[in-house]
Amino acid sequence: MILNYSQPLELDGVSKALDTSLSALPDFWRILIECVLVGVVILTTYAVIALILIYAERKITAFFQARYGPNRVGKWGLLQSVADTIKILLKEIIRINNVDRFLFFAAPFFMVCASVMTFGAIAFGKGLLAVDFNIGVLYVTAVSSLGIIGVLLAGWSSNNKYSMIGAMRSGAQFVSYELSAGFALMTIVVLTGTMQFSEMIEKQQYCWNIFNGHISSMIAFVIYIISGHAETNRGPFDLPEAESELTAGYHTEYSGIQFGFYYLAEYLNMFIIAGIATTVFLGGYMPIQVHGWEGFNQVMNYIPSYVWFFSKTGVLIFLSLWVRWSFPRLRIDQLLALEWKYLLPINLVNIVVMVILVLTGLTLTDLFPSLF
Amino acid sequence: MAQQVIFFILAIIIATFSILAVTSKQIIRSATYLLFVLLATAGLYLLLGYNYLFAVQIAVYAGGVMVLFIFAILLTNRPGENIKTELPVRRIAAGITVIGGLAFCAHIIYWNIKRVGELVSQADISPVKLGHTMLGTGKYEYLLPFEVISILLLACIVGAIMIARKR
Repeated sequence: MILNYSQPLELDGVSKALDTSLSALPDFWRILIECVLVGVVILTTYAVIALILIYAERKITAFFQARYGPNRVGKWGLLQSVADTIKILLKEIIRINNVDRFLFFAAPFFMVCASVMTFGAIAFGKGLLAVDFNIGVLYVTAVSSLGIIGVLLAGWSSNNKYSMIGAMRSGAQFVSYELSAGFALMTIVVLTGTMQFSEMIEKQQYCWNIFNGHISSMIAFVIYIISGHAETNRGPFDLPEAESELTAGYHTEYSGIQFGFYYLAEYLNMFIIAGIATTVFLGGYMPIQVHGWEGFNQVMNYIPSYVWFFSKTGVLIFLSLWVRWSFPRLRIDQLLALEWKYLLPINLVNIVVMVILVLTGLTLTDLFPSLF
Repeated sequence: MAQQVIFFILAIIIATFSILAVTSKQIIRSATYLLFVLLATAGLYLLLGYNYLFAVQIAVYAGGVMVLFIFAILLTNRPGENIKTELPVRRIAAGITVIGGLAFCAHIIYWNIKRVGELVSQADISPVKLGHTMLGTGKYEYLLPFEVISILLLACIVGAIMIARKR
């Protein structure tokens, strides 16, 4: 139904071929092998994307601050993040006296598990989707909320007042902004009438959701991006780990790979927010398609879907870094006032507006069925 | 086969961490163990194919209630210290309550075990159908209870604001 043109570079052929070649095995082994393969692929992608993001962040940050950035290890510093990874893996995990060992060691895993589980729900390309429930949007909001428990436990079990303050701030911030992010996604659920990511993407073939619901969608998009930044403790909202006040916030006491987990999860959460925003608002892996322009559609379809996904996500990540290095950090009261006094009321009104738009048939697909 | 293996893993996790949650001497550890129990329960729902219930269990209990628990515990006086063992009278009272609770649960499980088969066969309800069931007014549709619960929650919020308000 979706793409009737030839797509020579897609990867879904590989997974189908694998599935048919394994079909001779009994069910149990087939499922086991496929589960292990999917797990390995997801974890590898997770790590590789983190490496690329760290390099990109450092280069783009350097660009914004008018300096070179990493340029010693490898050509243009390309191997810098690999070197950093090796360094972090070799570091000692320092055992701290007077901490609750069990909680101290368990906390990073909450963070990284929540992040990996959310990561699984992202559609990287046609057929490259690990988790596709009919309640996809709800799944993402639910699973991503687990990370905060890791932050709170880390802050408490470190037995350090700076960590504790950082964790409490982070908790308040996350709980508040999660609400906005959820409502922004709900606005689009009203528009598309589905919570499943794959269906949502298919419906955006000719008209992305951000244009389809015009006013309401734009507002929802901006709110989602803002609250996404706040949820990942980045950009102007990084006060849980404000270096000048709290040394490093909740992960002050962590070292080695445990710190690495927090670091990894933070970068990947940035990617996940951008990925979900791409999927929900910007058409996911769908290429740009126009009704009637057959040649144009054909050319666009030769670009594989994962390239589309990663380029759209890349634009959003660049935007996120741009914001990060352009605005000063907010105070905690400003941060909470922004959420509870501005974003949340706007969001609630926005949902009602979206319902009216959908019911009265004022969305672009209803207004111009021949164009979109 | 695979389902049974996963079921037993989840069951062991639930049983172990339930006991640990009750026997732990530190309140924050109890909360963490309880969280593992809730997550494993969510896993059971997923195993049954109740995707919606799975997501709600994680969002409400693991993401919402547990964060509130941990916040509340962090605000209490010295959450990390071991709790002293209670008086023997209290222990006996607690023991009687436990037996009563066990009997009650066993009664419910015993009388409902036959219905498990038909409940499982209804798994994977689409969100659309779920929404219509929650907000419909026909037979087997639950608009009134839904709205009553929302009024209850509203009353809770108003009450919380009243308590927290500065005079």
